Amino acid sequence: MGCEMTVSRVAEEVSTRAQQAEEVVESQVEEILSAYKGEKGDLIPILQQVQLKLGYLPEKAMKQVAKFIGIPESTVFGVATFYAQFKLVPTGRNVIKVCRGTGCYVRGAPSILAELEKRLGIKAGETTADLEYSLETVACFGSCALAPVVVVNDKVYGRATASEVKKLIVDDATDS
Amino acid sequence: MVFEEIKREAMSYWEAMKNSPKPRILIGMGTCGMAAGAEDILVALGKELASRKIEADIIQVGCIGLCYAEPLIEIIKPGMPSVFYANLTPELVAEIVNDYLLLDNPRADLAFGTRQEGFLKGISRLSDLPVLKPQVRITLRNCGNIDPEDIRYYIASGGYGGLRKALDMKPQEVIDEIKKSGLRGRGGAGFPTGSKWQFCHDAPGTTKYIICNADEGDPGAFMDRAVLEGDPHAVLEGMLIGAYAIGASNGYIYVRAEYPLAIRRLRVALQQMEERGLLGDNIMDSGFSFDVKIKEGAGAFVCGEETALMASIEGNRGMPRSRPPFPAQAGLWGKPTNINNVETWANVSAILQKGANWYAGYGTEKSKGTKTFSLVGKVMRPGLIEVPMGITLREIIYGIGGGIPEGKDFRAVQTGGPSGGCLPPSFLDSPVDYESLAAAGSIVGSGGMVVLDESSCMVDVAKYFVTFTQAESCGKCIPCRWGTKQMLDILEDITDGKGRPGDIELLIDLGDAVKAGSLCGLGQTAPNPVLTTIRYFRDEYEAHIRDKRCPALACKELITYHIVPDKCQGCGICARACPVEAITGGKRMVHVIDQDRCIKCGSCLDVCPSKFSAVEKLSGEPVPGPQEPVPVGSTT
Repeated sequence: MGCEMTVSRVAEEVSTRAQQAEEVVESQVEEILSAYKGEKGDLIPILQQVQLKLGYLPEKAMKQVAKFIGIPESTVFGVATFYAQFKLVPTGRNVIKVCRGTGCYVRGAPSILAELEKRLGIKAGETTADLEYSLETVACFGSCALAPVVVVNDKVYGRATASEVKKLIVDDATDS
Repeated sequence: MVFEEIKREAMSYWEAMKNSPKPRILIGMGTCGMAAGAEDILVALGKELASRKIEADIIQVGCIGLCYAEPLIEIIKPGMPSVFYANLTPELVAEIVNDYLLLDNPRADLAFGTRQEGFLKGISRLSDLPVLKPQVRITLRNCGNIDPEDIRYYIASGGYGGLRKALDMKPQEVIDEIKKSGLRGRGGAGFPTGSKWQFCHDAPGTTKYIICNADEGDPGAFMDRAVLEGDPHAVLEGMLIGAYAIGASNGYIYVRAEYPLAIRRLRVALQQMEERGLLGDNIMDSGFSFDVKIKEGAGAFVCGEETALMASIEGNRGMPRSRPPFPAQAGLWGKPTNINNVETWANVSAILQKGANWYAGYGTEKSKGTKTFSLVGKVMRPGLIEVPMGITLREIIYGIGGGIPEGKDFRAVQTGGPSGGCLPPSFLDSPVDYESLAAAGSIVGSGGMVVLDESSCMVDVAKYFVTFTQAESCGKCIPCRWGTKQMLDILEDITDGKGRPGDIELLIDLGDAVKAGSLCGLGQTAPNPVLTTIRYFRDEYEAHIRDKRCPALACKELITYHIVPDKCQGCGICARACPVEAITGGKRMVHVIDQDRCIKCGSCLDVCPSKFSAVEKLSGEPVPGPQEPVPVGSTT
């Protein structure tokens, strides 16, 4: 009897928190939308703002945007899934991007990526279970003469090496 | 504001700076400078100057293109030629600040080159250095020389003078001037810019648009990034001139999301233009009005294609459509639109400033002017260059680039990014222009130029590019969507040692079909890297398929690592480095790799001391013995 009460209370708590989280998302998205008039051409900039604020595009947010502009939810979903920049699952606190451009490819980027995948235990495109790190590849950063290029959050590291890159992860962990 | 007023304000600012008794220090802070550590240098500079109580103006500039030498600074002392210092560290900065700024010794042993009037003993002039001598910098004229976040710099160097001239001409006269210059689209297609403008100008309708394609997606290319970060006004002035000539009053700059610094610099530039009445209504009191918005890309290579780009601006998935109608007749929201690449716009402003005849004096008969290239890969001096059309590949790779590092052999040069091709050594004396490269089976493209040496497998390079285009294919048309996937599957099989006779013919067939059947440039050019590597390096494909051998020793599945018994001294470093414990052997025993456990990571090759160099890569041959560790010296 006491056990069931606890379970139902936990379920209630989870449901309340989920609802609160949704309300937070809703109000944050509202704030972003207030700067726009609702034209179709603003869809991509709006989604970019939402992702900047929330770290990814929650389903609730995409539905809100669809309603605001007056287009089907499937259209928003279609745009969100077409462009590589948009993430539909939360990203880690630290985002590590390895360049897979031609200049970097011939100068050892694949082995740097392999080293990172090994260290973090995830593949490119994934996030660690503790939401600390996301690992991505980018088609080209445009710093080809400083190949290979790795970007951690907003800092660009040129002429990167596998051993240097290993240290970055340790550094970030101690920062937290 | 009237232009004369704007110019006066800029000139007085410039004169004050030039005549200041304080030294000026320019530091390269483009994305590549920062990637090389320029931020640490900036901090070190501040510290060293402060500790010696030296007052100096520090100006952050864009990329000068000498990427191999970054971080770079240029010190301008009053009355002296400026001196460049390269490959800096905070320690070197301390020495230089002390010796040159305090003690008047420019340290010829550390200096890279000088610029402007005068000579300094023992230091070459920058323009005499082999890396710069053949270059003619028109697009890049201001990059690395001006503060891109201060419009007065741009104006003091002649900026917006081209627009002033254009506004005093009739729109058709401006178009004629561009036609006379022979400028061709620098985004890759090479279409005559003047003709493109004419089509849009002649199209019926009062609402027209100008677009700057800043979606530079070719991996290995970064020319547009450097221009946008280092000299955004050159592009903006070009757009204003074009808008006036065509009759457009609204424009968009579509910048890829991966270039945040470029986006920031553009925003600053636009604001400073607005403050001086160079944007908006009645620009320079001429009656001409123009407004520009920035649109950020969202990570889709295909959006560099003009119809996909416009679809993206309209808020849609970036899928191309068929043409006709061409954008000049019906583009953005169905209105006549003229799209040009960043580099093309940057040249427009120079042409109006200095004249079509001046521009046409460079280049060849059919390819006038200059072109920027990002020279990267296996070359001594990777960087951003700008050369007159018609220069040879040899002059670029060996003259400017300094040749191949580590004494290795030149294998091929890849031009034009994923739309281009790989050219072998027999083409080194080929001129670089639209017609010559096309005849060879490649393209000039946006300007990516990747140098490959003997360690590059040409099948692997082809696979790399098809992996890219296959992932970026928008999926709309079957030949591209399925064709690239099929080509990729075959290439993966070949590099994995599963190639079959007939694969080469099949790749050619597929390649031709994808080229013929695709709707847009992405699909139409995706097979090029495969077709050119088959054309010029067929023997490599055949070795992979027939002999299961990778001549360049690059394809992981086809190589084995072997410890040479005559060279191994039994130090054991490789066994400790092996991540899967595949190496056995005790002290002073020749070590042996267990081929069944080996994951081909290459760690053993990396760590074996160079005085022994006992690890070798083999391909297409059985691994020689010994099978078990034997005492060192027992095999000779």
